[in-house]
Amino acid sequence: MNLLRLFSRSQSAPAARERLQVLLAHERAAVGDSDLVTKLRDEILRAISKHMQIDDDKVSVRMERGAKVSTLAVDIEIPFDTDKKAA
Amino acid sequence: MGKVIVVTSGKGGVGKTTSSAALGAALARDGEKVVVVDFDVGLRNLDLVMGAERRVVYDLVNVIQGEAKLTQALIRDKRLETLYLLPASQTRDKDNLTAEGVETVIGALKQAFDWVICDSPAGIERGATLAMRHADIAIVVTNPEVSSVRDSDRIIGLLDSKTLKAEAGDRMEKHLLLTRYDPVRAQRGDMLKVDDVLEILSIPLLGIVPESMDVLRASNVGSPVTLADERSAPAVAYFDAARRLRGETLPIAIPGEKRGFFGKFFGRKVA
Repeated sequence: MNLLRLFSRSQSAPAARERLQVLLAHERAAVGDSDLVTKLRDEILRAISKHMQIDDDKVSVRMERGAKVSTLAVDIEIPFDTDKKAA
Repeated sequence: MGKVIVVTSGKGGVGKTTSSAALGAALARDGEKVVVVDFDVGLRNLDLVMGAERRVVYDLVNVIQGEAKLTQALIRDKRLETLYLLPASQTRDKDNLTAEGVETVIGALKQAFDWVICDSPAGIERGATLAMRHADIAIVVTNPEVSSVRDSDRIIGLLDSKTLKAEAGDRMEKHLLLTRYDPVRAQRGDMLKVDDVLEILSIPLLGIVPESMDVLRASNVGSPVTLADERSAPAVAYFDAARRLRGETLPIAIPGEKRGFFGKFFGRKVA
């Protein structure tokens, strides 16, 4: 049983290697601009809040760092205000 | 004028103190005059690993604060007469390490010794940055494991920006010492291989120290592994690394790649 597991299990070192390469590419690039994501998030939210009220709990910011491209997804719930119905 | 080496890693528990003691002893056994300096104020351990814990009277902080002379604080090794230890303070905190104080002490040690080996504390705080500040050569101790490699990368960045050498526009000489390497697990594909780590960190390799019981055994009895059993696999790796530091060119054997017939079939643990 144990032997079987040993043979069927895939190697983990290649995953370690790949994860490190992606992570370190980003960390090295970030020197001098330590928190780009935080800055972007704040500025995006500031821009939007000029036009509408944003509930902080209804905002989700997600980041996906890839080897070549990263994505930043800002998800904001915009309330539909029923009180302001057109007369 | 002696050379100042910092043994550093970022991450704790990877073998900085073991390596500092082992390399210091290896260099001293080759006739070099060596002092090993413990920068881990508050959590000193180099004294214990070198078997000098009962002989500590004064420490680095005492010297920096002017409470003791450097010569009073230096402890001579019982086995090798050219090997000395400057212990860290156990009771004070690292704020007692001042930049000027460290500079004065390192300056004086450089005059008297061929090699000044600074054993850095883990982390990137004051103790670690002061330990690397005056270095001519850095030894980055890394385990073939993701968190250790990441922290080493961070430390390499600091070595290239926060040291006196870097600030003067010079290139800091950096070497990778890969420790706790387990050839069986690497062969099985469950441990980062030597080439993986080298490619990621891209600094030259000083040596590969295999994972071994001999390291624990040596620390149990308070002896650098190079003195406890000089024919053990980790000791041989450290002796070779010491010779490379002295400028010799030696091929680096990757543990486990030269396994004989019996090793292939029965050797679960090379090393």
